Amino acid sequence: MSIVVLDNVKKSFGAVTVLHGVSFSVEKGQVMALIGASGSGKSTALRCIDRLEQIDSGRIEVCGHQVASADLDLRKLRLDVGIVFQSYNLFPHLTVEQNITLGPVSVKRMPKSEARKITADVLAKVGLADKASAYPEQLSGGQQQRAAIARSLAMQPKVMLFDEVTSALDPKLTGEVLRVIEQLADSGMTMIMVTHEMNFARRIADRIVFMHDGRVHEQGGAEILSAPATPELRDFVSNEL
Amino acid sequence: MDTALNLNHIGFLLDGALWTLVLSLMAFLGGGLAGFAVAMGRIAPQRIIRILTTGYVQLVQGTPLLVIMFVIYFGLPTLGFSISPLLAAGLSMTIYVSAYLGEIWRGAIQSVPRAQWEAAECLALSRGQRMFKVILPQAIRIATPPTVGFSVQIIKNTSLASVVGFVELTRAGQLINNSIFEPFMIYLIIAGLYFCLCFPVSLLSRRLERTGVARAQRIELVSA
Amino acid sequence: MILDFTLIIARWQMLMDGAWLTVQLAAVTTLTGFLVGTLCAVARRSRFRLAASTAGLYVEAIRNTPFLVQIFLVYFGLSSLGLSLSAVTVAIIALTINVGAYTAEIMRAGFDSIHRGQWEAAETLGLTKFQQYWHVALRPAMERVYPSLSSQFILLMLASSVTSQISTEELTAAANFIQSETYRPLETYLLIALIYVALSLAMRVVFWGIGMIIFPRRRRLGTSL
Repeated sequence: MSIVVLDNVKKSFGAVTVLHGVSFSVEKGQVMALIGASGSGKSTALRCIDRLEQIDSGRIEVCGHQVASADLDLRKLRLDVGIVFQSYNLFPHLTVEQNITLGPVSVKRMPKSEARKITADVLAKVGLADKASAYPEQLSGGQQQRAAIARSLAMQPKVMLFDEVTSALDPKLTGEVLRVIEQLADSGMTMIMVTHEMNFARRIADRIVFMHDGRVHEQGGAEILSAPATPELRDFVSNEL
Repeated sequence: MDTALNLNHIGFLLDGALWTLVLSLMAFLGGGLAGFAVAMGRIAPQRIIRILTTGYVQLVQGTPLLVIMFVIYFGLPTLGFSISPLLAAGLSMTIYVSAYLGEIWRGAIQSVPRAQWEAAECLALSRGQRMFKVILPQAIRIATPPTVGFSVQIIKNTSLASVVGFVELTRAGQLINNSIFEPFMIYLIIAGLYFCLCFPVSLLSRRLERTGVARAQRIELVSA
Repeated sequence: MILDFTLIIARWQMLMDGAWLTVQLAAVTTLTGFLVGTLCAVARRSRFRLAASTAGLYVEAIRNTPFLVQIFLVYFGLSSLGLSLSAVTVAIIALTINVGAYTAEIMRAGFDSIHRGQWEAAETLGLTKFQQYWHVALRPAMERVYPSLSSQFILLMLASSVTSQISTEELTAAANFIQSETYRPLETYLLIALIYVALSLAMRVVFWGIGMIIFPRRRRLGTSL
């Protein structure tokens, strides 16, 4: 059963067309890696899935929501989809715990005590059990990114989106974030991740989608990274390694 | 009254200074409430509200406060509203302050990074929740130094209420001058008293600005 | 109650004369104020402690007292020195003193924002302090604070309304006179409010144009002023 479907999605910013009819789908429990050079449209595609951008034409369906339709219940979409950004985007005026409980308490009307239990749970998952009362600026980049992942997880989404979540981190901190994502993949979470970490993609992704010039240029299992069918993917893979 | 400056005069001036503070406070509270509405209107999702509030800000910021006072104090009575000098001055100052504070606060709200709005949106927070739980707490920090700085303008500009006959510090001085006719000395004393009211507020705003800058730099260092 | 502007329109010439004086006051004191302010900014940054602290004292004294009080101080101060100057001259002096202090703060921020490397480069070329300011620092500093400067000068134009209190016959004084003749204060003051708004917008356009001329680099980069 497909949980995310993009069908001939087109999107322009002014005169610049970023997506020229993109189609792909992700099954429940699958981990999909969205790869491609910068400017290939992969981040835009990801942002369209959570309706951070409205598409010009085509169809996006996420957990049964028609994302592009005018009568979409945005709130319900966002309850089903979690997204983690390259720049973490933690709220600087709130502690880690307050960042995490904000959604469950304000949106889901969960009692505070229950939200705290969930917070402890997700913080343990990302290895930050001792940082609940810290402010974001007291954490390293890797810790902030793990806290951001925990914040998304606390909403108990059905799909998680990762937008180049390790691009701002140095190699040592990258590792600790990737380990968290890998555990999440092992637990059966459906995930779409835009990433530059080819080795990581090869190891945990069930499917690879390679985007080039606003189109899906090649897709398949992790093996397409070892044996690319198109020269563009071959160039891209050799540049990334 | 005597023909030389005496203790009664000084007491009268201090009384005037007290009214200057009362009027400043009225202006800050009234102008703050209205200014918050202006800030919200300037970033409202509805185009028509944005256009109307922008027009209001342009009109008020393009008119001298003195003329606003004249419109209210001399103009409103011709419409059949009788209005006391205190109320006229308070109302004029409220209008004046709302346009400037509204713009300061809009700037602060808009300087909270776009990504913070997005992150809040992705947690399914409603527009009100995003504003009150995520954006405003951050905007308040950014807005505090310029707001305190603008308070100095408020205190100074209450002196224009003297022109419509409200007895605050400047008017009190003018009244004393009518009996002793030592204008230069009287205005020097008045200036000194204003300085005592304003300078501490100026210092505070500058200190807040410095700690704000230091804080911003610290955050940059951490996230770099 | 209907607004009736006929009596006021009949005195249109008086309003125009007042508005013209307002424009002249604003234009003259923008120039004098900029000059005084820039010199004070330089003085405040100088290593001569006396110059720096005198300039600092001036700036603080002006920024923390009302313009209305300043104008009376200048008015009565000059006359107690035995100088009897016209109201317009007194207004120009008071407005210059006032806006000079604000401009000094703005220009100081502008000079402070010039990178240290720029000053060092100018110094190693053997330029004198004056030359460093004149050739290297002034234009970039002005460019950086230009939006604040133009807002300040528009506030200055609005503040000139206060000079009506020493009977300078500018726009507000003209309105005071007209309303006392016509008993139409609401219409009179609403009308001059609109004239002031128009003047503010006109000044904004003029400053934008001046910016385009004196900062050609910006024009090429297409950045807004």
